[in-house]
Amino acid sequence: MSEQAPVQEAPASPPTELEKRFPGLVKHDERAGYEGHIVEIANLVEVATAIRDEMGYDFLSSVTAVDYYSEAPDAENFIEVVYHLYKSTGGGSLIYKVQVPRDNAVVPSLVPVYPGADFQEREAWDLYGVKFESHPDLRRILMWDGFQGHPMRKDWKEAYFEEEVKPFKNRWPEGQVYRIEDRNPFGKNVSYPAGFDPEGFQEIEDPNLYSSLERSAMEYVEDIDTEQVVVNLGPQHPSTHGVFRMAVRLDGETIVGLKPVMGYLHRNHEQIGERNTWIMNMPFTDRLDYLSSMSNNFGYALAVERLMGDKAAPPERAEYIRVLMAELTRISNHLWAIGFLLNDLGAFFTPALYAIEERELILDIFEATAGSRMMCNYFRFGGVARDLPEGILPKIKDLVQERLPRKVDELDLYLSQNELVRSRGEGVGVITPEDAIAFSASGPVLRASGVPYDIRRADPYSIYDRFKFDVAVRYHGDVYDRYMIRIDEIRQSLRIIQQVIKDMPGGEILNGKNPYQVRVPAGESYGRVESPKGELGFYIVSTGKANPHRYHVRAPSFINLTILEKMCVGQKIADVVVNLGSIDIVLGEVDR
Amino acid sequence: MTEKTVAPTVNSAGYDVPPELRQSVAVTTLDKIWNMGRRYSVWPMMFGLACCAIEMICTAASRYDLARFGMEVMRPSPRQSDLMIVSGTVTKKMIPQIVRLYNQMPEPKYVMAMGACASGGGPFKEGYNVVSGVDQYVPVDVYVPGCPPTPQALLHGLMKLQEKIDRESITSVRWYQKDDIPAIPVPLLGPDIIDPRDNPAIREATSRKPAAAAPAAPAEPDAAAEAAAS
Repeated sequence: MSEQAPVQEAPASPPTELEKRFPGLVKHDERAGYEGHIVEIANLVEVATAIRDEMGYDFLSSVTAVDYYSEAPDAENFIEVVYHLYKSTGGGSLIYKVQVPRDNAVVPSLVPVYPGADFQEREAWDLYGVKFESHPDLRRILMWDGFQGHPMRKDWKEAYFEEEVKPFKNRWPEGQVYRIEDRNPFGKNVSYPAGFDPEGFQEIEDPNLYSSLERSAMEYVEDIDTEQVVVNLGPQHPSTHGVFRMAVRLDGETIVGLKPVMGYLHRNHEQIGERNTWIMNMPFTDRLDYLSSMSNNFGYALAVERLMGDKAAPPERAEYIRVLMAELTRISNHLWAIGFLLNDLGAFFTPALYAIEERELILDIFEATAGSRMMCNYFRFGGVARDLPEGILPKIKDLVQERLPRKVDELDLYLSQNELVRSRGEGVGVITPEDAIAFSASGPVLRASGVPYDIRRADPYSIYDRFKFDVAVRYHGDVYDRYMIRIDEIRQSLRIIQQVIKDMPGGEILNGKNPYQVRVPAGESYGRVESPKGELGFYIVSTGKANPHRYHVRAPSFINLTILEKMCVGQKIADVVVNLGSIDIVLGEVDR
Repeated sequence: MTEKTVAPTVNSAGYDVPPELRQSVAVTTLDKIWNMGRRYSVWPMMFGLACCAIEMICTAASRYDLARFGMEVMRPSPRQSDLMIVSGTVTKKMIPQIVRLYNQMPEPKYVMAMGACASGGGPFKEGYNVVSGVDQYVPVDVYVPGCPPTPQALLHGLMKLQEKIDRESITSVRWYQKDDIPAIPVPLLGPDIIDPRDNPAIREATSRKPAAAAPAAPAEPDAAAEAAAS
């Protein structure tokens, strides 16, 4: 575990560096199980700027809101906005929070300080109704304009609402199952405000999107005077990797403005997660980044284990199996990413076929181990669900020592020096290291820009500190480097797996029994892993009950998209698809 | 020669085909030859929604090889495709586009609900942005269970679709009837998703007083109706 293991803060802890710098404005968070500081709202921007410039916390990992709401008459109801920061040179976190009343939730925006806060603040506005003052473009991001209410607030109930917490009583223990459709007046998952007249309703399509696009469009002057047009790519478009949409403003073929539109796969992961019990969320995490379910399991297990403390410390063998699975996931994900980046470049499906062929072999291992090809649901708090099946280790060994290294070399040989790959990739979609950090890009996108930041090395979790591997880094920040870095990372992952197999100990795979219900002490925790797409973080708040009070996913694909507009503006329309492909997004994670 | 091995009834539909023509003439029904052509050239739309789309792509790749069924020609445009594989969770924000795509497909057209989400909402059913089943908006021909269905399951679903095509007759299928098939009205994104076909029901429910909005005879306090009315 990392050095930020939960510490019970004594009330008389010495003032931290931050408190000395801002006496009176920054308080320690004294609640049991919580860490970090509470900042006065009027000084947020000032404190944030100082933290970035003076203390070196330049990477804003996560911004999210938590609704502390209870119907009890004496309850203290407020919304808290939580910021997690890290140094791009490595090390532990700095957490600070602001608290605002629920009926007047206004917080100064941190976009001027950290541009990477853009989408995350929009998400908090969309789902929690926290208004970020002076945010340049505060629109709904996951739901559509005109949607009724802010659905993640605790007093907002969905149309199919049954109870606050699962398991619902009618299923267990009573067993009087009814279909929730039968209890909804429409028999569908819908609800409308009283007095709403559907006949007179006129839908205005995305008014805010287009005005925002117009506002942000850059001045573009060329010799030919052309008219600017707005083109929508997606949501049904073969190259958007799912149901992603980009509204692009074009001058000729040159992009003068681009706004990503998402939410077409927003399946309310977080809200369903807060109704679920702790362990019930594990299979849901599979469906976040559905190409790398093991890594998602890993992040969630880490976050909950940090809160549970020693009784959920995984045994040795489980740690090795976890690393093994996470690295196999990384390989299969990167194979897919390379295949489909080439797809976007115009090499339709042939490179992808080569990549999928190898990926299938890794999926076979997952199927043998976890029982499912894609949705593995394999990790448990304090270990893994079941031991490796007999005879799988020699198979893995054969794969990672014989077959995959050759196949990676083969891909490298066929693709890396290919004229088309180079001319379409080199110098396209360049991200400078400063931009990459400021926009909170993570994973291969960050490392291809010359920032050697890999959580496995920068803030090691699990047992990654035992293995020899190089943090892959490339320095040009263009599409070609983002392609090359994935080849590099596959090679490093193979190296890790070879060491894992060599050292794999025997013994238990789960700390204690596999429980039906886990007990998670009250408090908050942020567990993050280096998922194949980037930094995957889980922010959870427990009140000691059977379900999480807050369950937030810091999705790397979502936050990596913040920089997409900056990457694309000024380039040709044909490069948009390649730029998007090189970020390697998965819509399950972008929209959650 | 080979004429002895060919039974006189094969491919002759009861007609007496002279022996010298049996090698080159077959008598069949229009339905059969028509359906045979269509069942081996179902072109799916290249249209992925979520996790299931990944398995759909794997099905099209080398190990499972959709080309064996004549279905590997995935078309990015609905105008050229016969089959819409709804591969993933259908959200309220996406359903207008799905209905629009369905309307744009030329007949004959088929819809497959791939996976639990598209069939009935799946694990995300209660989500506020999730449509519990694409069949609430477009007619579905084949449902494939699984979360996600394995490529084998998807292939089985596609074979079921072929069987369904085999049973069709050009005299009775709806797209050869005299009347035009009306397009499905595209849902609107209002305070919640609005299916124009439900307008009278919505108006009736929302114009009632909140206390009366609960449907008749719920066994216990009805949280869903309260939420709907609030």
